[in-house]
Amino acid sequence: MNYILRRLLRAMLLLVGVSALCFLFTEMAPGSFFDEMRLNPQISPETIAALRSSYGLDQPLAVRYARWVNAALRADLGYSIAYNAPVAPLLWSRAKNTLLLTTCALAITWLISVPLGVWAASRRGGLVDRAVTLASSFVISVPELVIAVGLLALVVRWRILPVGGMMSADSDALSMLAKLKDVARHLALPAFILILCETSIIVRHVRASVLEVLGATYVQAARGLGMSQSRLLFRHVLPVAANPAISLLGFSLAGLLSGSLIVEVVCGWPGLGPLILEATLSRDLYLVIGGIMFSALFMIGGNFVADMMLIVVDPRIRKEGVDAR
Amino acid sequence: MARDHLIRVSDLSVTYCADEGMPIRAVDGISLEISPQEIVGILGESGCGKSTLAGALLRLLPPGAKSEGGILFRGLELMNLPEAELRALRGREIALIPQDPALSLNPVITAGVLIGEVLRAHLPLSAAERRQRVKELLCEVGFDRPEEIYSAYPHQLSGGQRQRIAIAQAMACRPGLLVADEPTGKLDATLQSEIIELLSKIRQQHGTAILIISHDPAILAGFSDRIAVMYAGRIVEVGSSAEIFGRPLHPYTQALMRIASSMITSAGVISRFPAIAGESPDPGCIAEGCRFEPRCSERMDVCSQRYPQTFLPEPSRLVNCFKYGE
Ligand SMILES: Nc1ncnc2c1ncn2[C@@H]1O[C@H](COP(=O)(O)OP(=O)(O)O)[C@@H](O)[C@H]1O
Ligand code: SF4
Ligand SMILES: [Mg+2]
Repeated sequence: MNYILRRLLRAMLLLVGVSALCFLFTEMAPGSFFDEMRLNPQISPETIAALRSSYGLDQPLAVRYARWVNAALRADLGYSIAYNAPVAPLLWSRAKNTLLLTTCALAITWLISVPLGVWAASRRGGLVDRAVTLASSFVISVPELVIAVGLLALVVRWRILPVGGMMSADSDALSMLAKLKDVARHLALPAFILILCETSIIVRHVRASVLEVLGATYVQAARGLGMSQSRLLFRHVLPVAANPAISLLGFSLAGLLSGSLIVEVVCGWPGLGPLILEATLSRDLYLVIGGIMFSALFMIGGNFVADMMLIVVDPRIRKEGVDAR
Repeated sequence: MARDHLIRVSDLSVTYCADEGMPIRAVDGISLEISPQEIVGILGESGCGKSTLAGALLRLLPPGAKSEGGILFRGLELMNLPEAELRALRGREIALIPQDPALSLNPVITAGVLIGEVLRAHLPLSAAERRQRVKELLCEVGFDRPEEIYSAYPHQLSGGQRQRIAIAQAMACRPGLLVADEPTGKLDATLQSEIIELLSKIRQQHGTAILIISHDPAILAGFSDRIAVMYAGRIVEVGSSAEIFGRPLHPYTQALMRIASSMITSAGVISRFPAIAGESPDPGCIAEGCRFEPRCSERMDVCSQRYPQTFLPEPSRLVNCFKYGE
């Protein structure tokens, strides 16, 4: 269908754009992996030059980008200088952990936000509504990093959860179930931080979109024909409010991914976050680019899934194949 | 009570209390009766309070609006009816056809389900019975192929088709009173007369009383039994359709009819009145005297001092103008 094709094309263009910008910015960024070697008198400039050319770093930007794209199409994202290993498998082993963290956080965030937002909107000005508004504006006004560090400090002090890594040192000896429980306990803190921050944003959006539909002329008209309050909410309001909420799903995934980079570093969760940070600090060029591309891929993929879900809920898109928004 | 009216509105007022600025008294002391099976037209310029009156009849006004007065429907005082009983009444006994069907139909629900929802709210029917009833209703409002329309979404329908869906919704439970707020407002001339024909047919077949609201006298001519002319929140004249069109008494009605007759001759879409000289008063700040006084060519000294009371120059005719008494 027309709509799907256009969304797919847009996703591709975004990926191309992100990768091109990545190359441009890393080129403009000061410093290189070999800076430290240059300071070492035992390594001759010739050796460094040879190394540079063996990684292809002596080529002009356009050539490097073309080579990278060509390789990336075959799932080869280049070679990490620091790890002395291909980038793609390295990233994938970490990306799995990031995906585990963000999908758990995403699912729970939405399981909380939707009922809470709908409840607040349908009893506007009530106790739940005021509590939600107040609590969410408090959480939003505090930077994510501060929340993460603060909660980490509490957890460390009270010794309620293990901190750092994603499983205990002795986990190999555990049974399958105990292993799962161990991972869950390590996951709890970073996931909680992400859920707290993201829920405070999403619940407000859900509330706002339900409120908007509640005030629509067609809801007033349905009320004028004698529909009950609950029927109005569930059959007439929520299906319409689902459209902006689903668009928000992609947006919330973006928020969670960028949030997870910080939270992973703070909590020592072995995901993409610490890897990208480390790679950036050591100027491990292709690892940085690959890491950013992985994040972008998740984000764009998430948005694409949200776009496809819209087809299911919005007949204006489904029937006409046009973008109704 | 003289006759057994279907609905009897007495001294009804609606005030919009905005957060900032003066409260707006959009409907100001309106009294009106409608008999069973009667078609009453409300005629007045845009902004004179017609839609507010319609909403007030169903006790369906935005949160900031306060209404006072009495609305007696089949012996039931609606002004102090609890919300649950009002809900049961809306759509079942009194049904509103809203002003703009492009906005008043839910965009993600099919036409058939939209009509079925009204049945569902009031009648204990099975899903299959409901579906059957909806198809009958679709035929009744003039669709040849109800199957197709049943599963169409509002954005796939034309303006005229949407208006028919709104009428089918309102007629679904065979209410005693239909309140039609500018049912032809957004349509071209041919569609206008089709909708009016449909409403006439509904009255004939089901004996539904209709309160039809319009800013266009041509719509009401030949359709309504009686007409109430509204100006700036008040009714200024009531009479039979023939009387209002043949021999209007109030200077405002007379001005309306002069414009209307010149417009009926020139066929075409009549969307808005060309202005009678001057503007209708801002409902936020209204002076003591007759509200039409600033625009009236026959004004007298007394007109600006107090509001003209209701005179009965002939039996069954009401007019608020000092030309007909002091
Ligand atoms: N929700 C509202 N809040 C405040 N004022 C309103 C509202 N709805 C209508 N009004 C005001 O009440 C007056 C009458 O409006 P309305 O009943 O819609 O007139 P009509 O249907 O005759 O065009 C207008 O001056 C309008 O500005
Ligand atoms: S009361 Fe006076 S100003 Fe008002 S319509 Fe009659 S003549 Fe005109
Ligand atoms: Mg109106």
